[in-house]
Amino acid sequence: MSIGQTFLGLLEAGPRHGYDLKRAYDDRFGRDRPLHYGQVYATLSRLLKNGLVEVDGTEPGEGPERKRYAVTDAGVTDVQRWLASPEKPDPYLQSTLYTKVVLALVTGRPANDLLDTQRAEHLRLMRELTRRKNDGDLADQLVCDHALFHLEADLRWLELTAARLDDLRRAVTS
Amino acid sequence: MTGPLLVADDLHRSFGPTPALAGASLSVAAGEIVSIMGPSGSGKSTLLHCLAGIVSPDSGRVAYQDRDVVAMSDRERSALRRSQFGFVFQFGQLVPELTCLENVALPLRLERVRRSEAERRAKDWLDRLEVTELAGKRPGEISGGQGQRVAVARALVTAPRVIFADEPTGALDSLNGERVMRLLTGAARDTRAAVVLVTHEARVAAYADREVVVRDGRTRDLARTA
Amino acid sequence: MRELLIGARMAVTGGRDGWTRALLTALGVGIGVAMLLLAAAVPGALDARQARGDARDDLRLGEPVPAAADTLLVAPLETEFRGRPVRGRLLRPEGPQAPVPPGLTALPRAGEAVVSPALKKVLDSPDGDLFRPRLGGATVTGTIGAQGLAGPHELAFYLGTDSLTDGQAVRLDAFGGGLPGEELGPVLILLVVVIFVVLLLPIAVFLGTAVRFGGERRDRRLAALRLVGADTAMTRRIAAGEAAAGALLGVVVGAALFALARQVAPLVSLWDISVYAADVRPAPALVAVIVLGVPLVAVLVGLIALRGVLIEPLGVTRRAVAPRRRLWWRLILPVTGLALLYPLIGGIRDGGRADYQVAAGVTLLLIGSVALLPWLVDLTVRRLRGGPVGWQLAIRRLQLDSATSARLVNGIAVAVAGTIALQMLFATVEDESTRSTGQDTTRAQAAVQLAPRVDAPAALARLRATPGLGHSTGTLWALATPDRPASTAPSLLVDLRIGDCAALAEYARLGSCTDGDVFLVQGPPDAPPVDAFTPGTRLRVGDGGQEGAGATWSLPTTMPTVPAREDPFGGIQGAILATPAALPLTALGPLGVDFFATFDRTAPDALEHLRNAGASIDRFASVTSMSATTENNRFTNIRRGLYIGATLTLLLIGTSMLVGLLEQLRERRRLLAMLVAVGTRRTTLAWSVFWQAAVPVVIGLALATGFGIALGAVLLRMVGTSVSVDWSVVGLATGLAAAVVLLAVGLGLPALWRLLRADGLRTD
Repeated sequence: MSIGQTFLGLLEAGPRHGYDLKRAYDDRFGRDRPLHYGQVYATLSRLLKNGLVEVDGTEPGEGPERKRYAVTDAGVTDVQRWLASPEKPDPYLQSTLYTKVVLALVTGRPANDLLDTQRAEHLRLMRELTRRKNDGDLADQLVCDHALFHLEADLRWLELTAARLDDLRRAVTS
Repeated sequence: MTGPLLVADDLHRSFGPTPALAGASLSVAAGEIVSIMGPSGSGKSTLLHCLAGIVSPDSGRVAYQDRDVVAMSDRERSALRRSQFGFVFQFGQLVPELTCLENVALPLRLERVRRSEAERRAKDWLDRLEVTELAGKRPGEISGGQGQRVAVARALVTAPRVIFADEPTGALDSLNGERVMRLLTGAARDTRAAVVLVTHEARVAAYADREVVVRDGRTRDLARTA
Repeated sequence: MRELLIGARMAVTGGRDGWTRALLTALGVGIGVAMLLLAAAVPGALDARQARGDARDDLRLGEPVPAAADTLLVAPLETEFRGRPVRGRLLRPEGPQAPVPPGLTALPRAGEAVVSPALKKVLDSPDGDLFRPRLGGATVTGTIGAQGLAGPHELAFYLGTDSLTDGQAVRLDAFGGGLPGEELGPVLILLVVVIFVVLLLPIAVFLGTAVRFGGERRDRRLAALRLVGADTAMTRRIAAGEAAAGALLGVVVGAALFALARQVAPLVSLWDISVYAADVRPAPALVAVIVLGVPLVAVLVGLIALRGVLIEPLGVTRRAVAPRRRLWWRLILPVTGLALLYPLIGGIRDGGRADYQVAAGVTLLLIGSVALLPWLVDLTVRRLRGGPVGWQLAIRRLQLDSATSARLVNGIAVAVAGTIALQMLFATVEDESTRSTGQDTTRAQAAVQLAPRVDAPAALARLRATPGLGHSTGTLWALATPDRPASTAPSLLVDLRIGDCAALAEYARLGSCTDGDVFLVQGPPDAPPVDAFTPGTRLRVGDGGQEGAGATWSLPTTMPTVPAREDPFGGIQGAILATPAALPLTALGPLGVDFFATFDRTAPDALEHLRNAGASIDRFASVTSMSATTENNRFTNIRRGLYIGATLTLLLIGTSMLVGLLEQLRERRRLLAMLVAVGTRRTTLAWSVFWQAAVPVVIGLALATGFGIALGAVLLRMVGTSVSVDWSVVGLATGLAAAVVLLAVGLGLPALWRLLRADGLRTD
């Protein structure tokens, strides 16, 4: 996730302090990983250097950073470009799971157990996410669903692999 | 409640030469939501039918509250299904001639509850499942998602101890499926009803407390995690 | 054309369901076609029967034929065996060229008998001894061929003799060529026309139902065809091809069934009528009409049925809320029917035109009931509310689709309406043609009459000795007339009847009676007076009172006059009654015998024994089984035909109801399985099936009763009799129909149970 562009987008609504930015970011997108202050100010100074934000004003009073930041026209253009460009789909061509399955087959360990264990773990996580989803608001639901769909995709792969295990064994051991 | 509410032990059942169940076992505690997963043709629906006393296994034991379901007469099993169980299927479960309200009231009326009383309680459940406005409509006039919610209301109206749901979201899109599952599991938890949920979708199975996988007619209980 | 062929192929392919459907349609249409063919064959069969009857006719009126080498004396020996009539003939050739009756190769010689195959079977059975005495000890030397019999089950025999005299017999020089049978009167023609309409109309309705078997599945298949690019017109042609194929298959099945029925026909004997297979032969023109007409009607019905359905590529839309059924056009048919019949009220004329007018009027009136039924079912069901679950399910189903159920009931409605109307017509016509015989069966159940014979007292004793009789009374009689010169007064004849007091009491209210008494019986006021027989009058007795013939006997000087009483035959007349001690019995010459008897309940064949006893005393003995009424024979036959037809028709309709029911059940099997899964009692489902069938039936029967009575009333007015409703007939007709419905539902239930078993929920 690009923190820089996210900040620019948040600033489009109006000038903010670095502290406000962190809180807004954490609320909407942070979830599991809140930002460190260091990260916030490092990012802001980079944006400032690139002319994407400017200092809108400095509050009077004590404190390390009482600067208020505003987005520049170049910043708006940058956000615009970022949103318009598609994300590169993650191909997952070299997944850990696949490696594990092949290794298990090559070394003669029970690959089925491995798959089942992974499956149970996936489902455990999905149950947890479902619970969170049901207790949370719309934002929670969307975020959890995103994760759930990915996990479900993994699970489908696990099931398909389990069904094709014999073919795979023949292929890797021959 | 000491022991499990519903137990199936080493069930075998064939349809003609095809074995559908070949040693399936399962136990469901009161208030627990269990999903039964597996690829199509694995025998998960047959397992549900056996648990619910709709189909008798060729061998094996099914016990509900320590009563042997297999040994019961057809009449007793019907009565059990009426009073203790609720059902949600994939589709085609609403009687097309009856209005939604009458469909929901049907299990109560089968239990000989007075019509006005049955329809009052059915109305409550329609409200709860957010389909109040469908009361006077016929199943042919409503959408699939609405139909499933009416079906859930019907499954819950008798305050059953176990709800059997066979691919309840199978014919629905994700959004409607999620909604039906949320309403179904929510209502089941509120009324402390156990749910036996047959599905092949992991996202639907994730609404359960735990899952059982059926492969080739055999159950594999994955690591039990709370 | 290609579409027609596709449709035809679709009718017979398409897996097990497709086959079942095609088979059901073919069977339904087949049964209908077979019935039509049989109906078409009835006149021919009756004609053939009549023709054989004419060919063996031996009644002669007019100039007697002189005895010659080519003449034959024939005397009828009609009797009955266990309620079945037996046609017997005594034959005596008067020369070598004497005519031989049809079915015989040669005349039986004296002491020989030729019998029909059916009678031969009786004689060869253990019951043979119950009949053999009536052949007078003759040996059976052959059987009568088919061309000499009315039907294969007819009991008949020809007995050879050399003792037949001119006075006892008819002299023939050829069989057949007698007077033609009586023509049917206008009222009878009316009856026959109405019967045909009433019986064939339900079959037509049934055909309409049969070609729609499996309609819903067919519609779905057509939808699948639309998906791959067929347009509406093409689907229609395909549907037409499918319907025609089913109907053509049905015609083949019908022909096979007809051929089968034809072979079975000789095995069946209904009310003494049996036919030969060869007689069951419909006229070619009618066959052509049926064979071409049925598929044509099938196609039309199929296309009409499609009108109510929108077949789209993605499925079938039935015009969901049926167009509000309008009343006015449904009334046109019965009103037109009434309009056709109305001018005929007050007396029907002879002639063909009236026949067609009656047939058209009756048809329109009855079809009117069919048209009104869906409207009435709709109207009624719409108002029904409440009730238990089974009732609720049924009513809701009917509210959604009453047409299907109404269609099933149509046939029943038409049949019942027609039957009621006919029975009303019958009841009246029958009243007019059935005479009360006045016979009192509590006094006697059988009577034997013997012509005057010398050994009359001995004959009477033999009759009394017949096993199985209850109480019996016998009298001897002769005709008596005052012995005076014939020229002085008109001849005055009375019965002189001799018997014990109990026997004489059957003829008059005797008061006190001891052996030796003689009574003068005064008949009713309109009977010939017996005043001439004053005490002491000398009588001439026997031989018809001819002057100078017979014996003479004088009435005693004391002789009470007593009122006459109806004898067990129902006759009442003046007579002279004498106890045996009052006169010299042996001096009176030949005396006739009148014998009455009741039967012992425990002896079922007493009547046959009495017939045997009579026949062994005198082969011309008349043995009569008595009944309180006698009716015009022709009506009996027509009514029998109606009963057979009505029963067959109702069974046919029952079959179509059953098929419709099974089809409905099959289409709803998933739903039924689901209902069972949620714990619905089987009885609840059974009730729902029952009500769904019963409600339209009740409405249909109510409508049918109304229409039947109306039609009956019109028919009665046409015949010119006052209108009266026989409610027992109405009850019987509706009851019979209700029983058929119950039977159909009852037979459908096992299928319901089977559907409800376990795997109805399985989808994979």
